[in-house]
Amino acid sequence: MIPVCHLDDLPVGESIRIDTAPPIAVFNADGELYAIDDTCTHQDASLADGWVEGCLVECPLHAASFDLRTGAPTCLPARRAVRTHPVTVENGMVYVHHAAEEGTAA
Amino acid sequence: MKSVTVIGASLAGLYAARALRSQGFDGRLTIVGDEHHRPYDRPPLSKDFLTGTTGQDQLALADAEETAELDAEWLLGTRATGLDAGSRAVRLDTGRTLTTDGVVLATGAIPRRLPGPGSPPSGTHTLRTLEDARALRRDLTGGGPARVVVIGGGFIGAEVASSCAALGHHVTVVEAAPLPLVPQLGRDMAELCSRLHADHGVTLLTGTGVTQLHSAGVDDRVTAVELADGRLLPADAVVVGIGVRPATDWLADSGLPLDNGVRCDAGCATPIPSVVAVGDVANVNGTRAEHWTSATEQAATAARNLLAGRSVATHQGLPYFWSDQYGVRIQFAGRRLPGATPRILEGSPDDRSFLAGYERDGRTTAVLALNRPRPFMRLRRELARAAQPATT
Ligand SMILES: Cc1cc2nc3c(=O)[nH]c(=O)nc-3n(C[C@H](O)[C@H](O)[C@H](O)COP(=O)(O)OP(=O)(O)OC[C@H]3O[C@@H](n4cnc5c(N)ncnc54)[C@H](O)[C@@H]3O)c2cc1C
Ligand code: FES
Repeated sequence: MIPVCHLDDLPVGESIRIDTAPPIAVFNADGELYAIDDTCTHQDASLADGWVEGCLVECPLHAASFDLRTGAPTCLPARRAVRTHPVTVENGMVYVHHAAEEGTAA
Repeated sequence: MKSVTVIGASLAGLYAARALRSQGFDGRLTIVGDEHHRPYDRPPLSKDFLTGTTGQDQLALADAEETAELDAEWLLGTRATGLDAGSRAVRLDTGRTLTTDGVVLATGAIPRRLPGPGSPPSGTHTLRTLEDARALRRDLTGGGPARVVVIGGGFIGAEVASSCAALGHHVTVVEAAPLPLVPQLGRDMAELCSRLHADHGVTLLTGTGVTQLHSAGVDDRVTAVELADGRLLPADAVVVGIGVRPATDWLADSGLPLDNGVRCDAGCATPIPSVVAVGDVANVNGTRAEHWTSATEQAATAARNLLAGRSVATHQGLPYFWSDQYGVRIQFAGRRLPGATPRILEGSPDDRSFLAGYERDGRTTAVLALNRPRPFMRLRRELARAAQPATT
C-alpha cells in the first residue's frame, strides 16, 4: 500500500506521478480515482502528463489513448495495455495498492 | 472502389491502408515498398535505436495480428518506377504493371546529399532507413571515443549529435546558417534550443559551409571535413543531416503536378481524385510536413476522400512535432506566423524547461515546450480548438 497524497491535493482533472519502479500515475477523473502504470506502452512518455477526458487518458507524445478503468489502449499507436492498480482513500489520504506487489496482477 | 494500391510501405502508407479498412473498404489492397522490411518507425533511429536502448523488434509499426487483419498483398523489395495517373497504372521494377481503382502515394522523402561528384567516402552517413541507422551504429560502437562531425544542425542532426555524445564520442555540429532551427522555431527560440549542444560538450560551428570531405587509405575512409573558411575538422565518422527532398522522381511523367512534393488539395487529393498522397511526399494545400503526426492524420483524411471519390473532408490537424535531444523533450505545435514574437509563459530557459507561446496581434498561434509536456498539451488543445472552423 503506497501513500500518494491528500485527496484535497488531487482535485478533479488532476493527476500525479509516484516514483515507484516502474512509476505509477494516479488520476482524479470526474471524482473517480484511478491508478495505472505511468509509462506509455508505445514509447517513452509519462501518462500522468496526459490529457484526461471522461475515463480516458491521452498520451502527451503521440496521442494514444488508454481506458483508466482497464488500462486497455483505445487507439493506436499503443497496442499493449498498461497495468491498473487499485486505489483507496482512508482518512482523506489516497493510497495505491501496487498490483504486482500484492499479487493481484492485472 | 474495388481495388487500391498503396506505394510506400512505411508510416503514411500503413496508416492509409488501415484507414481504408477501418472505413469499410473490403476490396483488394496491395502495398508496394522498396525496402525489404515491414513498416517500421523512423523517429527512434536517431534517438534510442542509435544509442542502443531500443532494438529492431521494438520499431515495428504493426504486429502479426494487425498485419493479418489488414488482409493486404505486400510487394516488398519492389520499387514503383512510374505511374500513369489518368489510368492509375503503376509500373514496378519487376516488370509488372498494377492497375487499380485507387492509388495512395506514400513514398516519403530522401535525404539530401552533399553536392559534388562521385560517392562520398566510407564513414560518411545519412540517416533515413534502418540500414542507414545500423551502418552508423556500427561506426559508433566497437571502437573507443571517435571524432564525429555532424553536417547540418536541424532536428535530425541535433538528435544524432546528442546520441553520439551519449555514446561518449567527441562531436562537432557544422551549420551553414548563422543559427540552426530558425525556419522551424524563429530566431529567439532557435537560439535557446541550440544552447543544448554546448551544455553537453558538443561544439556547434555556425555560419560556415562545408567545401569537401577528405579521405585516405585503400578503403577511402573519411579523415576530415573541410569548411568554407579553410578550417579542417578531423573526423572518424561524418553524418550528413542537411534535410530531405520528397521522393517524387518516379512520378516525373505521371501527369501529376509536382511542386515540393505531390501537389494536393486540403483533402490530400491530387487533381485526379482516385490518386491521393500522404506523408512526407505530399504537399497538402501548400504545406509539405515532414512530421510523424501529420503522416498519420493525413492518412485518415486521404482514405475518406479516396473512397468518396472527391474531397469531402479536409486535413484540419494542427501541425505538431517533437524532438528528443540531450534528455530534453522539445515539442512544437501550431503555425508560427511571420513576425510573431515568442513569450515565455512558464518555466525558464536557463533550466532548459519552459513553455513559450508565439503571439501576433494578441493571438497565440503556436506553442513550444522544452520538458513541459503537461502545459504544452493543454495549450496545444486550446490552439487546436481555436483553429477549428466554427460550426453551429
Ligand atoms: C531519423 C529520423 C528521426 C525522426 N524523428 C522524428 C521526430 O522526432 N518527430 C517527428 O514528428 N518526426 C520525426 N521524423 C519524421 C518521420 O519519421 C516522418 O515524417 C515519417 O517517416 C513520414 O512517413 P512517410 O510514410 O510519409 O515516409 P517514409 O517513412 O519516408 O516512407 C516512405 C517509404 O516509401 C518507400 N519508397 C520510396 N520510393 C518508393 C518507390 N518508388 N517505390 C516503392 N517504395 C518507395 C521508402 O523506401 C519508404 O519505405 C524522423 C525521421 C527520421 C528519418
Ligand atoms: S509514447 Fe505514448 S503514444 Fe507514443
